[in-house]
Amino acid sequence: MAKQLHIFVENSPGRLKAITENLQKIGANIRAFAIQDRGDFGLMKLIVSNPEQAYLALADKGCACALKDVLAISVPDSCGNLHKLLSALADNKINIIDAHGFVLQPNNKGVCILEIENITQTNAESVVKNAGFEILDDQQLYNL
Amino acid sequence: MEIHYWNKEIETADRKTIQAVQLQRLKAMVASALHTPFYKRKLPTVGINSPDDIKSLDDLKKIPLASKEDLRQNYPKGFLAVDTSEVVRIHTSSGTTGIPTVIYLSAADLDAATDIMARSIVATGATRGDVLQNMMSYGLFTGGLCMHYGAERVGLMVIPAAGGNTKRQIQLMKDFGTTVLHITPSYLLHIHSTLGEFGTSVKDLSLKKAFIGAEPHSENTRKKIEELYGIDAYNSYGLSEMNGPGVAFECVYKNDLHLWEDAYILEVIDPKTGDPVPDGQEGEVVLTNLIRHAMPLMRYRTRDRAFVHTDPCPCGRTHRRISRILGRTDDMLIINGVNIFPSQIEEVIMKIPEVGTNYQIYVEKQGSLDKLIVKVELYSKMFLGEAKQIDKLKAKISDELRASITIKPVIELHEPGVLPVFEGKAVRVVDKREKL
Repeated sequence: MAKQLHIFVENSPGRLKAITENLQKIGANIRAFAIQDRGDFGLMKLIVSNPEQAYLALADKGCACALKDVLAISVPDSCGNLHKLLSALADNKINIIDAHGFVLQPNNKGVCILEIENITQTNAESVVKNAGFEILDDQQLYNL
Repeated sequence: MEIHYWNKEIETADRKTIQAVQLQRLKAMVASALHTPFYKRKLPTVGINSPDDIKSLDDLKKIPLASKEDLRQNYPKGFLAVDTSEVVRIHTSSGTTGIPTVIYLSAADLDAATDIMARSIVATGATRGDVLQNMMSYGLFTGGLCMHYGAERVGLMVIPAAGGNTKRQIQLMKDFGTTVLHITPSYLLHIHSTLGEFGTSVKDLSLKKAFIGAEPHSENTRKKIEELYGIDAYNSYGLSEMNGPGVAFECVYKNDLHLWEDAYILEVIDPKTGDPVPDGQEGEVVLTNLIRHAMPLMRYRTRDRAFVHTDPCPCGRTHRRISRILGRTDDMLIINGVNIFPSQIEEVIMKIPEVGTNYQIYVEKQGSLDKLIVKVELYSKMFLGEAKQIDKLKAKISDELRASITIKPVIELHEPGVLPVFEGKAVRVVDKREKL
């Protein structure tokens, strides 16, 4: 399963920059990111080239961060595909905590990152596969 | 101006008479004190083994000063002079580090305290026919119940409204024609700013007086209250260790607070040396309770700063007056009338594993009310990567603090390492309110 780096960031100038600075230092490439905004704080969520190493580097700096299992799903960039994926999850009563998507060039390949509630206790992976989608692991994600 | 007295004889007694009452009552108090574990240990070390060792009021100085720390260390029964079957009421307050302090009152003590409270109320001109809306907290805090008892004794109609729920407070004022409020000045100002919101104006109310207290406030605050409401506001002073409100109260002349010297011996000391300071000079108020025998407490350091007036008051009362409270000699914070020690906050947050060891306490004004902000850092190793965890953590800190200090603070959760780190003495408390 793919790993997403979650970092607790307070809502004030320069806090995000402090993170990207540290990631740059260890040569981590940020493939995609999203921010879950909660008012006076937020969670920065990153797909990076080397999640374990990035996690250790940030933790070493005292950052409040964690690696979370997420589903990275290849979703073809054409009408109706996201709806199809979400319908499959909804039919199986699988709850999505947070999600973001991005498109990779040059093939317009859509990737959907899903954070699933209690992921290890659900059959989310097989539901997604049975609906005809490909689940990417870390390696595939970086080598796209 | 018409002057009313509750007990004219003692309120206007000459100095000699007051001192004679004090001496006689002090001897009786020493007799009671010698039944308590605390004073059984302390008094013999200064040569006091019986009430007869108190020969004049000067002998008061032999009695050791007592502090909040003494009350805490001797919790719960170290100051108790009687069997608990003699006790009809207790009040407790949270201590500086989670250990509370307690006071005990016998039926006779409660009667005496109620009488002093009644005297204070009457001194302001309030009387039978007045309607008192008592907006201080009831329960373990003395502010609500002690005022309630005194007002009932005078014959006022009492509305035991307690604090909070502004909409209902205003409704009660309108429905029952409230004429007198017992309230913190900050809450009274806050209510004024909300009247419009509830479709009410001052002219819909029947207010005449307010007893304001439980928090230090300036003369400007009093004037503002009086102008906004068109009422007279009387400063009041008390503390649970001395039976609650009514230790000292302003009379109709509103030129500082008569301290009832037949019930309390007043001293003002230099907080650093413990030596007495002359009248007129600011120092720490030290009080000896002469009317509570279930729990004697003598020469108690209040930590409140004030000075004494000796010039006569036109009301004819001879009891010396103390100035408004000018501040504290310790780090206690008074937030919307609630007493809070920074150590209580520290104690709570340090028990929560998800927060780091660095913290800061901010106090500021939000409109008329005080706002307490507790800034803590998330402890990095406890972070699970979920926003829900942070929300729960903030709620948990807020709930646990509320359970300890009774008011709900605003919790600011910061990244690890963001709050200032101090070399030497840490500045944990930032009070941005106007200084008196």
